[in-house]
Amino acid sequence: MMLSVALVCAAALLALAVLAVLLARAPYVGRLIYAACMIVTAVSLAAALTHLLATRVPEALTLPVGLPWLGAHLRLDALSAFFLAVVDLGAMTASLFAIGYGEHESAPERVVPFFPAFLAGMTLVVLADDAFTFLLSWEFMSLTSWALVISHHRVPENVRAGYIYLLMASFGTLALLLAFGLLAGSDGLYTFAQMRAAHPAAATDALVLLLVLIGAGSKAGLVPLHVWLPLAHPAAPSHVSALMSGVMTKVAVYGFVRIVFDLAGAPSWWWSIVILTVAGITTVMGVLYALMQHDLKRLLAYHTVENIGIIFIGLGLALAFKSQGMLFAAALALTAALLHVFNHSLFKSLLFFGAGAVLTTTGERDMEHLGGLIHRMPQTAFVFLIGCAAISALPPLNGFVSEWLTFQAILLSPQLPSWGLKLLVPAIGALLALSAALAVACFVKAYGITFLGGPRTRAAETASETDWFSRMAMMVLASLCLLAGILPGLFIDALAPISSFLIGESMPTQVGAQWLSIVPIAESRSSYDGLLVFLFMALSGTLAAFVIHRLASDRLRRAPAWDCGYPDAGVVTQYSATSFAQPIRRVFGTVVFRARETVEMAPPDDTRPARLTVELHDPIWEWIYAPLAGAIGVVADRLNHLQFLTIRQFLTLVFCTLVVLLLVLALWS
Amino acid sequence: MVLIGDLTIQGVQMLLVLLLAPLFTGFVRKVKARLLRRRGPPLIQPYFDLVRLMRKDVVLADSASWLFRVIPYLVFAATWVAASLVPTFRTGLLFSWSADLIAIAALLGSGRFFLALAGLDVGTSFGGIGSSREVMIASLAEPAMIMIVFTLALIAGSTQLSTMSAFMASPAVGLRVSLALALIALIMVAIAENNRIPIDNPATHLELTMVHEAMVLEYSGRHLALIELASWLKLVLYVSLIACLFAPWGIESSGAALPALALGIAAYIAKLAVGGVLLALFETSIAKMRVFRVPEFLGAALMLGLLATLLRFVSGSF
Repeated sequence: MMLSVALVCAAALLALAVLAVLLARAPYVGRLIYAACMIVTAVSLAAALTHLLATRVPEALTLPVGLPWLGAHLRLDALSAFFLAVVDLGAMTASLFAIGYGEHESAPERVVPFFPAFLAGMTLVVLADDAFTFLLSWEFMSLTSWALVISHHRVPENVRAGYIYLLMASFGTLALLLAFGLLAGSDGLYTFAQMRAAHPAAATDALVLLLVLIGAGSKAGLVPLHVWLPLAHPAAPSHVSALMSGVMTKVAVYGFVRIVFDLAGAPSWWWSIVILTVAGITTVMGVLYALMQHDLKRLLAYHTVENIGIIFIGLGLALAFKSQGMLFAAALALTAALLHVFNHSLFKSLLFFGAGAVLTTTGERDMEHLGGLIHRMPQTAFVFLIGCAAISALPPLNGFVSEWLTFQAILLSPQLPSWGLKLLVPAIGALLALSAALAVACFVKAYGITFLGGPRTRAAETASETDWFSRMAMMVLASLCLLAGILPGLFIDALAPISSFLIGESMPTQVGAQWLSIVPIAESRSSYDGLLVFLFMALSGTLAAFVIHRLASDRLRRAPAWDCGYPDAGVVTQYSATSFAQPIRRVFGTVVFRARETVEMAPPDDTRPARLTVELHDPIWEWIYAPLAGAIGVVADRLNHLQFLTIRQFLTLVFCTLVVLLLVLALWS
Repeated sequence: MVLIGDLTIQGVQMLLVLLLAPLFTGFVRKVKARLLRRRGPPLIQPYFDLVRLMRKDVVLADSASWLFRVIPYLVFAATWVAASLVPTFRTGLLFSWSADLIAIAALLGSGRFFLALAGLDVGTSFGGIGSSREVMIASLAEPAMIMIVFTLALIAGSTQLSTMSAFMASPAVGLRVSLALALIALIMVAIAENNRIPIDNPATHLELTMVHEAMVLEYSGRHLALIELASWLKLVLYVSLIACLFAPWGIESSGAALPALALGIAAYIAKLAVGGVLLALFETSIAKMRVFRVPEFLGAALMLGLLATLLRFVSGSF
């Protein structure tokens, strides 16, 4: 029943896309389509939540479309219902935001039709129950989002972003295609049910893992496959950036979880070593990249890379525990990862909406040209602050809960028998802690430079509060961040059916715990109560304010800033994004990015200003992609003469290829 | 009845740390002064400072926003909540389960986050330099702290401070290499987090190494009073943390008999006194560091913490 509702919603979204094309020139078409998207995704969200919280019985359906002998298999179980809920919640708030935001779009006909299509693509990916439907929806999702990335195609930067995105997306799909090919075996068992029942050899499974790590990892943004992400996510309009960063990366995580935890066979212990290493590097590199940025949307996009790393640390730990039969710990780690999926979709969408609101009113993404927006956009500034605090994992907000659970999972890992893991996991814990601390620095910078201080340009000085719809969307997300932070038990309990389905064990029910605290293992071991921490902080802050205002003084007067008696000449002498990151650039950047700063002082008789140049090298781009691109160029040059063969030579080539492929097939089966 | 007793004890703990915090800072200042052969301000000078600051008008910079005025209360609330959850004279406080050691460290992180924002709010370069250095120091001190928490949690089998403290007091703990490493790392982190010499100088902002005092330069009146009180509370919190983990003697574990509790409070005050003397001795005998030597100092703390955790992962007997 719920599956049919979700499917009807996906069909409705596709219909809306067609309608948007037909009505492209009509006035108010953007508002109409976005409002319709919001209603449709709200219905779909309700269906997903009903399944996740109430019915909990997997539903399956086969539609007579697609390959004639296969049809389209669709299924709604706990895992897909959870991810469907994440997709729909993000889509609903993005549509609400876009009702207002879309009015500022310069070329709405390039955005509006693709938006519902993109939503439909993501919905279908999480509902797919055979390889063909999955890959088809996956590609549909990639292509529609690509179209949205290049919607402002006159900007050369965006075209480059679109090109790299297209390359990486097709590469990722290729990897997934091969992974499904291996899972399906030579008999061509394309439905997920058949794959689940088959027991492939250990070597095949290992290869599947690596391919999925590449395929889903490139979409999610695992280092070193993340390069397209910080280019493409900021290039799209902000509501689409929010969807790509907050939601589409989660669909990639869904693909990974579905294949590795559900379809592939029992995991070996070394899988988790691969995943944890990649995830640990991703986490720290992501946040270090983010710290070096001064483009607000690019900073947010790089920070998504960090959070994907945190999610994959949880998934890697879950695999490690599962492979050793420590099912309870595996359930804890998986729950931590999934909770972070949900949390990140909330605050990353919120932050991208905030960046979009800043972009519409000032026309600026560069933080060096912003500042002081808290005075002119107080409500946006308030919700953006909640988003920053949540993503920095500060209690009592939601980001802290999932990181805390991940730490608790790490603390269970000394019981793992394998030595590799014993040595690796503490290092991963240290990387996770380091990235959490750097995230705080990153968001102090993002918020402080953009919203605090004085306005650095005319545009920032004349900014005004954003429209009502956009503010509503941000407020909904900010309240959810707070809610998930103070009542995490409710959300953890909602995830229980997923870990029972994937692991065979789930965390204990949290809602019954006293004062709604969360107790992952036992109360004597560890517990956390967001509600009480929140109440305590609210109480003691209010108490302090009350006592001081009542008994001491509540007078206040305004004066010029003190600044040790030497007030600054103007706003340009404020700390900028680049100078704020200087200490961290010096500590970490000199190693990771070979950062160098050169100061050019004009000679005494010259009136030119002094210049500070910061030079950064992207190690991933320079060491992996640049040589790769060079190698491809060389190979392409060498193979160029294949274009000019005679027809006989071409036929020979085709024949030889055919023979080789048949041989491979014969040997394989 | 039991609940009321527990509630009272929790209340006593909250008030005790709040009331002792200025005294402790006054004590450290006094001991430092005596070590330098000065007479120093009276012990209770910090209380006078607080009262004087609270009665004064707030002079707010023209460019300050509403956030600047809210932050002192937020920072104070986060620090006070954290400080009232660290066992001082009695473990098993009523609300001790509401936040474990990781959450306490994160609460202090919340305070720092907002304080760093306050440094950027007015838009002066003093505030900016303070914030940017504070987050750099925190980016190394926080992971070191988490590593220490890991080590201790793996030894005690819990991240709950009451359980940890009780375990540390039991004979089961013994002498361990990892504990020694964790203690050294924790002291280093505590020095950095409280902006003491050699990382930062709490006595002045007029130095090229300014961090904390530069960040709060624009605060005045009651706002400054709250921020000062919060930083004193944080110092007491760290001393109590070290005391309850590495010197857990005299902490009452359960029961609410008055003599036992009085003994616990006396032991706690004695421990604070010892801690204060040691801190003053350390601070007078060491020179301030250049700011870019700080990463090396904290990097060492992080490595010690990581080593201690690794030892615990490799074998239960270290």
